[in-house]
Amino acid sequence: MSGRTDVLIVGGGIVGAACAAACAQAGLTVALVEADLAVGMDATAAGMGQIVAMDGSPAELALTRYSQRLWDDLARSLPEDCEYERCGTLWIAADDDEMEEAARKATRYHEHALQAELLEQRDLYALEPALRPGLAGGLCVPGDSILYAPRAAAALLAEAERHGARALFGCRVRALHEGEVELDDGARMAARTVVLATGARAAELIPELPIRPRTGHLVITERYPALVRHQLVELGYVKSAHGTDADSVAFNLQPRPTGQLLIGSSRQYGRADPAVDRVIVARMLKRAIAYLPVLHGLDALRVWTGQRAATLDGLPYIGPCPGRAWLFVAAGHEGLGITAALATARLLSDHLLGRAPEIAPEPYSPARAWLETVVRA
Amino acid sequence: MPERIALHVNGRHVEVDRGSTVLAALAVAGVAICRRSVQGEPRGALCGIGVCFECRVTIDGVAHRRSCQILCREAMEVRTDG
Repeated sequence: MSGRTDVLIVGGGIVGAACAAACAQAGLTVALVEADLAVGMDATAAGMGQIVAMDGSPAELALTRYSQRLWDDLARSLPEDCEYERCGTLWIAADDDEMEEAARKATRYHEHALQAELLEQRDLYALEPALRPGLAGGLCVPGDSILYAPRAAAALLAEAERHGARALFGCRVRALHEGEVELDDGARMAARTVVLATGARAAELIPELPIRPRTGHLVITERYPALVRHQLVELGYVKSAHGTDADSVAFNLQPRPTGQLLIGSSRQYGRADPAVDRVIVARMLKRAIAYLPVLHGLDALRVWTGQRAATLDGLPYIGPCPGRAWLFVAAGHEGLGITAALATARLLSDHLLGRAPEIAPEPYSPARAWLETVVRA
Repeated sequence: MPERIALHVNGRHVEVDRGSTVLAALAVAGVAICRRSVQGEPRGALCGIGVCFECRVTIDGVAHRRSCQILCREAMEVRTDG
């Protein structure tokens, strides 16, 4: 490596690729180092590829809403093979309690100028007739979209390269030092700022970060066009999937542009093995069939696992490390890495250029990781 | 003489011997294209032994059935995506 790079990004998932694009577009010299042999091979490829406004907390909604707007702007110039589609999300309310939650959710979305329409029972079935009878209603969020994330990551990296960024694949970083990184072969690469974007593996390089891998399973079916039109999520999703450390499943389904159905979701801590856990897949599919009975009897093509980067409070770490101003963290997005990639990248480039960010960056500061670690100890 | 059974292939009346596969009925009906690929290319039976999945058709409303592995039944409705 010759010359000093402004920004060295460790990790070539969609977050790292987005960071590379934002920094290179801003005129900074950028290098990206990825252990895999191509961009977006890990969690980026394993996930559902959703761009969703999520309201788990005000900070989560601010981040996802902001990022969704950035995706909306970018969508016009994304290559066709990214399969971007604004299919919208239907949050399904099974009973009156969940209808009340749908109404609260609608209020929160409206406060952020997000379109969200409460659906009575008959509205729900008019939109998605294949859902099982007896559901209470739901909430339609038409601005949510899906894409094929590995291709989107490749498009972002290509954009970075057009602005002079260099990407190195098959290079694992084994240590971070002030202003430089050390590769597995002992070589060192220097940069004014090092960005850690290695998702669920971030704690390997910064052990103070309480990021834990949280395994998910997905099933994809053969092509069954027009069976479902929106992304479907049960309103019990938040309480069932996010609530505890125990293994959990929740109904979440996407119609892909090919007509295939992507069926999730599961969450498990403490599974290093990428092999498929048949017991949790059975639970997940049973849950899915309970909402969409027509799934029973369809052909599945593949089942796989992936690892989300889970944090203690459900928010990603985006910002400089306390006491290490040269080190910027962009990791811990759990299920929202695709959604929040562009906002994460913008917060990084704003920080590096001294621009005022469009959303308050404090809630995502890695400083809280050190605080949380102290509190937990 | 084997028993004859009647079914429909793309709405057309076809008769085959009992014990014939759906793929055989497609041949009787003169249908070579079973389905279309993601890119819209025509696909037809290749292996005939249930391995290649190229001969999938819709049978009685159920998509992606392998026509080489399923025997014809009386009044079956077979649809291809040719």
